[in-house]
Amino acid sequence: MFYREAGQYKTSYAADQALFPILQDKVGMLLILFAAYFLVPLFASNFVIDSIFIPVLVLSLAAIGLNLLTGYTGLLSLGTGGFMGIGAFACYKLSTYFPGINIIVLIICSGFFSAAVGALFGLPSLRIKGFYLAVATLASQFFLSWCFIRVPWLYNYNVSASIEVPSRTLFGLPVTGPNATSITRYVIVLTIVAVMTWMASNLIRGRIGRTWMAVRDMDIAAELMGIKLLQTKLLAFAVSSFYCGVAGAMMVFLWLGNAESESFSINQSFLVLFMVIIGGLGSLLGSFFGAALIWGLPIVMRNAPLVFGIPVTAATMEQITFMTVGVLIILFLIIEPNGLARLWQIGKQKLRVWPFPY
Amino acid sequence: MRAPSGPEVAVGDVLLSIENVSLSFGGVKAISDVSFDIRKGEIRAIIGPNGAGKTSMLNVINGFYHPQKGRITFKGETRAEMRPYEAARGGIARTFQNVALFRGMTSLDNIMAGRTLRMNRSFFWQLLRFGPAMKEEVEHRRRVEEIIDFLKIQDIRRVPVGRLPYGLQKRVELGRALAMEPELLLLDEPMAGMNIEEKEDMSRFILDVNDYYGTTIALIEHDMGVVMDLSDRVVVLDHGIKIADGTPDQVKRDQAVIDAYLGVAH
Amino acid sequence: MHLLYQIFIDPFVQMGSAPDLFAQTLWEGMVAGVLYSLIALGFVLIFKASGVFNFAQGIMVVFAALALVGFYEHGVPAFLALVLTIVVMFILAFAVERLVLRPLVNQAEIILFMATFGLTYFLIGFGEIVFGGDPKVMISEQLGLPSGSYQIKMLGGFVQFQKIDIAAAIIASVMVAGLGIFFQKTRIGRALRAVADSHRAALSVGISLEQIWVIVWFAAGIVALATGIMWGARSNVSFALQIIALKALPVLILGGFTSIPGAIVGGLIIGIGEKMGEFYWGPLLGSGIETWLAYVIALVFLLFRPQGLFGERIIERV
Repeated sequence: MFYREAGQYKTSYAADQALFPILQDKVGMLLILFAAYFLVPLFASNFVIDSIFIPVLVLSLAAIGLNLLTGYTGLLSLGTGGFMGIGAFACYKLSTYFPGINIIVLIICSGFFSAAVGALFGLPSLRIKGFYLAVATLASQFFLSWCFIRVPWLYNYNVSASIEVPSRTLFGLPVTGPNATSITRYVIVLTIVAVMTWMASNLIRGRIGRTWMAVRDMDIAAELMGIKLLQTKLLAFAVSSFYCGVAGAMMVFLWLGNAESESFSINQSFLVLFMVIIGGLGSLLGSFFGAALIWGLPIVMRNAPLVFGIPVTAATMEQITFMTVGVLIILFLIIEPNGLARLWQIGKQKLRVWPFPY
Repeated sequence: MRAPSGPEVAVGDVLLSIENVSLSFGGVKAISDVSFDIRKGEIRAIIGPNGAGKTSMLNVINGFYHPQKGRITFKGETRAEMRPYEAARGGIARTFQNVALFRGMTSLDNIMAGRTLRMNRSFFWQLLRFGPAMKEEVEHRRRVEEIIDFLKIQDIRRVPVGRLPYGLQKRVELGRALAMEPELLLLDEPMAGMNIEEKEDMSRFILDVNDYYGTTIALIEHDMGVVMDLSDRVVVLDHGIKIADGTPDQVKRDQAVIDAYLGVAH
Repeated sequence: MHLLYQIFIDPFVQMGSAPDLFAQTLWEGMVAGVLYSLIALGFVLIFKASGVFNFAQGIMVVFAALALVGFYEHGVPAFLALVLTIVVMFILAFAVERLVLRPLVNQAEIILFMATFGLTYFLIGFGEIVFGGDPKVMISEQLGLPSGSYQIKMLGGFVQFQKIDIAAAIIASVMVAGLGIFFQKTRIGRALRAVADSHRAALSVGISLEQIWVIVWFAAGIVALATGIMWGARSNVSFALQIIALKALPVLILGGFTSIPGAIVGGLIIGIGEKMGEFYWGPLLGSGIETWLAYVIALVFLLFRPQGLFGERIIERV
């Protein structure tokens, strides 16, 4: 009853194809943005911002990147960690060579480095399909992981093979390094993620998104429409890697403050893949859901025994978390293989007809 | 079943010519030394018993299969083999025996996908969407809506095609092919699996496409009644060899054709 | 110019000038290859019969090994521990079929693949709770596996052959031969091949998918146990081992996902290629190229033959 579209008719195609054609969705989005920009900084503690909001936003961006490649174009990739790493190291080197340039510009630029490498490693995708392609992306992941340790130039010959983020300011406010406040970093991350998500949704709704989905669903028929397979796939790799690269750069510069090569290992790739699966392949909203769940669950589980007063060691809690994540993945796949996003859609559908059952 | 429609499209010059084409897979000869042509504006049927090589023939025209021997001349250009992209660019569109729709997308998106060749606003504008990209999107949407009206599939626009019944899927696939504004439309068993009413609807659509848009049509079909009523000329294949070529009446009476079908004729 | 010499001439010169080292490296590569093949074998079994790429094969190897050692440490004699572990693997196969495979029976393969991810994480957590996270020593002597090595004077120097490696090669060969015969000659083997071809067709001739899957996962479990014993005998058993499963992927690419002989050939090629690559070309690039060399080999291979060495050529029919 609340979520009804009756009475909302569109008088132009442009209006029909808007991002949030239904009024309730538009209002909802504005509320979310309002909450994100004003309520969170006002009411959430620095700890919560640092350990929940910033990580979830950064990981959501990586998940969107992977979703564009795997969910929308159907190219399974296990190289996400590596591409995030390229963005991070590129940003680090750029900040070393161009200390005067605005850090946000550098973060965006490092995305282009990731995009280039991503497109390069995406070349095999014309010959290799489906599962075999995933193995090709593994080659890129392991090779890049190796590079992050074995190429000392990347981390400025630091003895411990890790990178420390230099302090940078924006309009006089410290935004990176130890002096940057949580709120400053949070707002920057939020803005970058919001803008890039908006752009991703534009791509998806237009010609490029349709091309990607056509290649995913039936590439033979897509070729018939005049779609050039190689260019479409390479574009998917490039854009996806761009998003992952920016996420990686933000992870180091605006979230952790430092990084080691392990931050961008195969485990990171799996982590983002789980977010995409659980959140929903082929759904931008799902990327946020997945990131929130995969990141939030271990935190909740780690703190739950304390809340309930049950004495459990940290190690045991971690093991139980592993088990729970494993079971959750299986459960999700059984109940709703299309992930949280589909559950959300079903929920909205129920809202449409509430209080009637159908 | 021929609808009393508007002015008959004058059948013109040769649009597509197949010369001495042979195609084999490994040891299996799918097509042996077949030659025929398709004239502009006509409806050409390709018929024959199962395994005759009909779908393979369409695939050669499309560029999915590359013949070992022979030539294809399309719109005056002769080549040894076609590539799918060239075929699409040149104005060849196609439907498939097993409905090759993009299952993850809605009917509207599927048909819009058919407009891809004509959409060329750059990546940069696609990122922003307002401005030139939006204008292009709306313009093509208008054309696609015309097709949706023509095929009477308005109410299933937003339905993911995977959920549609078979007959409607075939209609959406036809719409997607039409969206390419093709000069040559290849239909692979468009009536397969349909009941009488659906067949009548589809026949009417095919005739209307030929009449209204002037599209040349080549179709593979098993229903003899449909073939006889719809087509201007027929070519008959059997085991990869052409055994007859002419008007429906000529072909119907050809002894070789009757033998090939073992006397089975609707 | 010098670089070209380093890449294309120098390593071979080295091989020729120290043939005993070459033989040693070759042997080491074959040994690693045999172990890779064993892991790949587990994948092939399951993929052949259910179309599922079982990412959890690696953790099953660890799990089996830990269970074996765990039983022994609780005072169970070695051979009884072996039997009990086999029983545990059967229970695991049964549970997986019931709880994971059956509910997902009609889903796309990618969904099943993801489910094995979930299974992996679950087994990691569960295994750590039950067995503890410390590395353990495999009970090779108690199982009757030989230790020590043969040192043979050959090719101008010495080549060392660890007895355990020879035992591993023999056991692996016996296993492969046994499985090969099983698949080709027995009724159940035929049923497995039928299921691999088409679930629906197999169902329609009365083959019980559930039984087949339990059998297959059990067989994979046995292979995992053998692999775990062999790997554990050479180095300790710990959870880090499970990432080795990923190494099986290049093996499967070379040998095909459904071919048992392919798993062997693929394993040997990858094992030898890796060891030789690391030893002779490694110093050029910096050490540790073992981590990615196998994948790059597989990638290059795929570019020329997208269906693998033994895989079936997929002709796309429209």
